[in-house]
Amino acid sequence: MKAKIYISLKESILDPQGKTVEHALSVLGFKGVKGVRVGKYMEVLLEPAPIDSAKKSVEAMCEKLLANTVIESYRYEIDPEG
Amino acid sequence: MCYNPGLKNLLVFHGTDFMHFGIVVFPGSNCDFDCQYVTEKILGEPTTLIWHQEKQLPDIDVLILPGGFSYGDYLRAGAIARFSPIMDVVIDFAEKGGYVLGICNGFQILTEAGLLPGALLQNRSTKFVCKWVTLRVESNQSAFTQLYTPNQLISVPVAHADGNYFLDPDTLAELENNKQIVFRYVDAKGETSPLANPNGSLGNIAGIRNKAGNVLGMMPHPERAADPVLGGIDGIHLFKSLQTAWNK
Repeated sequence: MKAKIYISLKESILDPQGKTVEHALSVLGFKGVKGVRVGKYMEVLLEPAPIDSAKKSVEAMCEKLLANTVIESYRYEIDPEG
Repeated sequence: MCYNPGLKNLLVFHGTDFMHFGIVVFPGSNCDFDCQYVTEKILGEPTTLIWHQEKQLPDIDVLILPGGFSYGDYLRAGAIARFSPIMDVVIDFAEKGGYVLGICNGFQILTEAGLLPGALLQNRSTKFVCKWVTLRVESNQSAFTQLYTPNQLISVPVAHADGNYFLDPDTLAELENNKQIVFRYVDAKGETSPLANPNGSLGNIAGIRNKAGNVLGMMPHPERAADPVLGGIDGIHLFKSLQTAWNK
C-alpha cells in the first residue's frame, strides 16, 4: 500500500522557484505557459490497512511533519496496490 | 554534554552569580562554538553545550538554538530538528519564562515548533545570501534589546537560503500591535527599502519575539558581530542585554 503525497506552497505565497522555471521555459521558446508552481512529491509505503485508517494516518503525518500548514497545502492519494 | 572541553575548562565558575547559558547542538549545527565563544570568552558566563538527544536540561538560565543546517535542512529547514528529544524540554523551558534565543536555523526551528509565529520561506532570489546587513532595532522593550536605543541601526551578518519571513496578515497585525517585531532590514538611511531586504521577508522583518518577551528568533547572526576581530561588535549588546536582564 502506498500513499502518494503532494505538497505545494499555498496559492497566496510567491514561489520564486516556480517563477524561475517559468522564465526558463519562456526563454526556451515554450509558448502558452501561464504559470509554474514547484512543490514536493513523496511516496510513503504503508503496511496494508483499511483505507480509512490509512487516510487518517497519512493526514496526521502531513499535519504534524510533512507539510507546514502556515505556508503549504497538501493532498494525497492512497494506492492499495502500490 | 560538552563538545569542547578545552575551551570550557579555561574558566572556573562559582555559585549562582553567573548567568548559565545552554546551547543546543543538533546534527548539522555549525554556529554552536561561535555562540559558546561569545557567551564564555567574551561575556565570561558558564556555558554548556547540550546534545539534542538529551531529555532534560542542565541548570541553565538562557538557551540558545544556534545556526546551521540541522538534518541537512531536509523536508524544510528546522522541520526535523523540531522533533528532537530535547525540544519537549525546550518548549517547557520557554513556556515557564526561560530566555530562548534562536539564531538563523534556530529561528527556523522555533517557528516549526510553534514557539514563534510564521514561517521562513526560501529566499526570494532563490540564492543563498551571505553578507553584512543593516538592521533597525524596532523596540528596545525586551530583555534581548534593552541596551540598544529605539531605531538604532546596527550592522550584523546574514548567511541563509531560507530566511524569507512570512505570516498571515492577522498575525502580522498582532505582532505590530504588541511590538513583537524586534529587527527589520533597512538601508543606510534606516528605511525599509526593497533593496535592503536580503531575502524578501514580509515587512523587511529580520527578527521577532513572542508576546511574553522571553523568546527571540532572528535570521542575522549577532554572535558573528561580537568580537572586533570579525569586523563589528553591534551584536554583542544583544547578549549583554540578556546579562543585564539577569543581573536585575
